[in-house]
Amino acid sequence: MSLMNNLSTSTISSSSSAFLAPISFDSRTQSVAFPLKNINVVKCITNPQEQQTAYKTKVSRNANIAKLQAGYLFPEVARRRAVHLLKYPNAQVISLGIGDTTEPIPDVITSAMAERSHGLSTLEGYSGYGAEQGEKALRSALASTFYGNLGIEEDDIFVSDGAKCDISRLQVVFGSNVTMAVQDPSYPAYVDSSVIMGQTGQFQKDVEKFANIEYMRCTPENGFFPDLSTVVRTDIIFFCSPNNPTGAAATREQLTRLVQFAKDNGSIIVYDSAYALYMSDDNPRSIFEIPGAKEVAIETASFSKYAGFTGVRLGWTVVPKQLLFSDGFPVAKDFNRIVCTCFNGACNISQAGGLACLSPEGLEAMQEVIGFYKENTKIIVETFNSLGFKVYGGQNAPYVWVHFPSRSSWDVFSEILEKTHIVTTPGSGFGPSGEGFIRVSAFGHRENVLEACRRFKQLYK
Amino acid sequence: MYNLSVCSFMAFGISLPPKMVLASLRLKQGNGRCTNVPRNVNLEKLQNNYLFPEISKRELQHLEKYPNAKVISLGIGDTTEPIPEQISLSMANYAHSLSTAEGYRGYGAEQGNQALRKAIAETFYKDVAIKDAEIFVSDGSQCDISRLQLLLGSKVTIAVQDPSFPAYIDSSVIIGQAGDFQDKTGKYQKIEYMQLSPENNFFPDLTITPRTDIIFFCSPNNPTGHAATRKQLQQLVDFARDNGSIIIFDSAYATYISDGSPKSIFEIPGSKEVAIEISSFSKFAGFTGVRLGWTVVPEELLFSGGFPVIHDFNRIVCTCFNGASSIAQAGGLACLSPEGFQAIRTVIDYYKENARILVDTFASLGLEVYGGVNAPYVWVHFPGSESWNVFTEILEKTHIITVPGSGFGPGGAEYIRISAFGKRVRIIEASWRLEKLFSMGKSPFLSL
Repeated sequence: MSLMNNLSTSTISSSSSAFLAPISFDSRTQSVAFPLKNINVVKCITNPQEQQTAYKTKVSRNANIAKLQAGYLFPEVARRRAVHLLKYPNAQVISLGIGDTTEPIPDVITSAMAERSHGLSTLEGYSGYGAEQGEKALRSALASTFYGNLGIEEDDIFVSDGAKCDISRLQVVFGSNVTMAVQDPSYPAYVDSSVIMGQTGQFQKDVEKFANIEYMRCTPENGFFPDLSTVVRTDIIFFCSPNNPTGAAATREQLTRLVQFAKDNGSIIVYDSAYALYMSDDNPRSIFEIPGAKEVAIETASFSKYAGFTGVRLGWTVVPKQLLFSDGFPVAKDFNRIVCTCFNGACNISQAGGLACLSPEGLEAMQEVIGFYKENTKIIVETFNSLGFKVYGGQNAPYVWVHFPSRSSWDVFSEILEKTHIVTTPGSGFGPSGEGFIRVSAFGHRENVLEACRRFKQLYK
Repeated sequence: MYNLSVCSFMAFGISLPPKMVLASLRLKQGNGRCTNVPRNVNLEKLQNNYLFPEISKRELQHLEKYPNAKVISLGIGDTTEPIPEQISLSMANYAHSLSTAEGYRGYGAEQGNQALRKAIAETFYKDVAIKDAEIFVSDGSQCDISRLQLLLGSKVTIAVQDPSFPAYIDSSVIIGQAGDFQDKTGKYQKIEYMQLSPENNFFPDLTITPRTDIIFFCSPNNPTGHAATRKQLQQLVDFARDNGSIIIFDSAYATYISDGSPKSIFEIPGSKEVAIEISSFSKFAGFTGVRLGWTVVPEELLFSGGFPVIHDFNRIVCTCFNGASSIAQAGGLACLSPEGFQAIRTVIDYYKENARILVDTFASLGLEVYGGVNAPYVWVHFPGSESWNVFTEILEKTHIITVPGSGFGPGGAEYIRISAFGKRVRIIEASWRLEKLFSMGKSPFLSL
């Protein structure tokens, strides 16, 4: 009996609307995690008789991975969506769950990628291995576009295949003997990669937290910025602003305090700026806008939500030269070593696309697409406001954080899915302080977002 | 060209011991304020830069010294021939389709596009019943090796061939498996180095190899070029089964095999319960910059408690990775179409002919030359020499970049690796220059 049946093919359409025809090039929802609610219950998938005769190696399972409680959050949401579609094959499911971009990439960008692809078939245009740190022109453009007056240089920038991968590479740089703090709630990759790396203790079911991680509560009561006076010192502080999932954007004053906190404690901030261009308010877009940040911070960013590059795979990490370990060794040097040894550069075609994104035409085109999703966000915020919910976020990020007081977020998730065929993301998937909240993502075709809002109004009127 | 400007403020030679390096860094940093975050001790254990950026650095230094030199790179195994048109066309078309409502796609499955997984299964594993569900598409082997190390964790022991592709050892050190480096032996304390030499036909003597949890095995081998025979691989699988070990089989050069040697570990009975296989489009399709590879984890492969390895690998892939570029995957699919595959074969044959020319050159000079038949690498023995010295001599006198064998482990100390990627005219030019150097006793390294 194979556990793998569910890992492989299914014919479920991946699009955010069931209107579109099945595709040949699948997406996330076609490949699902295991249909097991409590992964830690399952030790072996074969029946007892087979278990006795099945050959086992003598290699012990990595105890760190065993600490993880379930599958990674988003495959789990995808799995539930898939199960739902099996139950209701004709349902017009609308996905406002996984933050997956839906609008086509502007022509100026894809043309550049097509041109680079064609070039690879020519003598003059063929290139093999690229610099692991990224193509010079792209690094230069990133420096001037995003860090123009901030003293961040081209060689402080490392191009990657995305922020999620960079987070794990940073964990590999830091190793297992560092402590970390995360916002609670936060993007699950910070916690999960920390567990995998061996920085944490066991999961404590009573508080829904991993031992040895400092969870910095971000709630409506504290304006979604942690009370730093109650935060224990850790080596590393993961901080995402504008925030996924709450949508909160830290002010200059707050970030100044955060940088000071890091300085006082000799900590390193890993600042996730993936949603910076969604900022409506006049808040800092880069941590390096804060004086002194270069000595305490790393910044990760991504083209995913700016250019619809979720499948194309392109991002970057900034490690300033001034950032030093306690013995004076530059962090950038170790990061460079990891990049050269554990990675081999982002796809050159994707990088050509990235460069086009940063041309004047490309920047303008990206702003249009971002504006489109922001309009979606506005519509969703208005809908939940009109229904009397306490609604957060949506102003500076493509996520709306809706409060369902005293309710289990997975229950609300299931109720919404069952009754409206809309996929959202349960807040508790982002940490214990996400309990009682639902994250609604604003990526989607306009008509789907409008239809979803109609259904929400129907359900919660 | 590798951008080394990140390291430009840390200009030190690799011969400096780490302590001296730190002192010079502190002086340079001057006013810099340190955090209180301790450096990862595992990274401190790494002895030098990763091998290939170091080679690049030497190339740049050489070019600065001889700006007019016509340097020929037979060092880093970087493909040089254009990708066949139908493949780049499919990538271009896919890129264009991302601008259309019907064609736009966002996140792909982290495990890879379904059609591509199927095509890989059918193309490479048809006769050995590996399923598409057991195939994980990636952005290349170097990345997969590190993800596998994350999967396995710091407490496992590893064995590597000696010499071998440096990423196995380096990733092992980084993850904390390797113990300290021992200057005397040139080896990391906890790694088992399985010697490869002409004496043992470049296959380790498993009767004297202690048990380790993991065995990295590359065949056809980088750098020696040796492809293990069916008999040898059966021995390896039996060894793994007896010891309850897991083989990580690197088959990146399988499509270069000329002599009917096995192309996949899964051709060997019993292997599915003891092996993972990694492979790559890099040297197969010229995708060194496009970034595409795959890892096979059979469902039958279990940890000691019975837990399926594939389950944990899937978790790593979903958490630490987000799928290979969709454009690269579109290219991969085109590579595996009948026309695509045929076109790629032509390019592979081109490199193989390069290898043959290089083998002939060295053989005609009376040098001990290995490899070049089943892999795009030629492994030349200079008995009694130190390989960095030979590397430097060749570079100085012929402006040819090679790779010193000791970069692949102590077992490579007397060898030079010459890679066969390059334009034919350059390969021929390189051969001519090498002939000039090594004939007529012009090189002190020639032992006749």
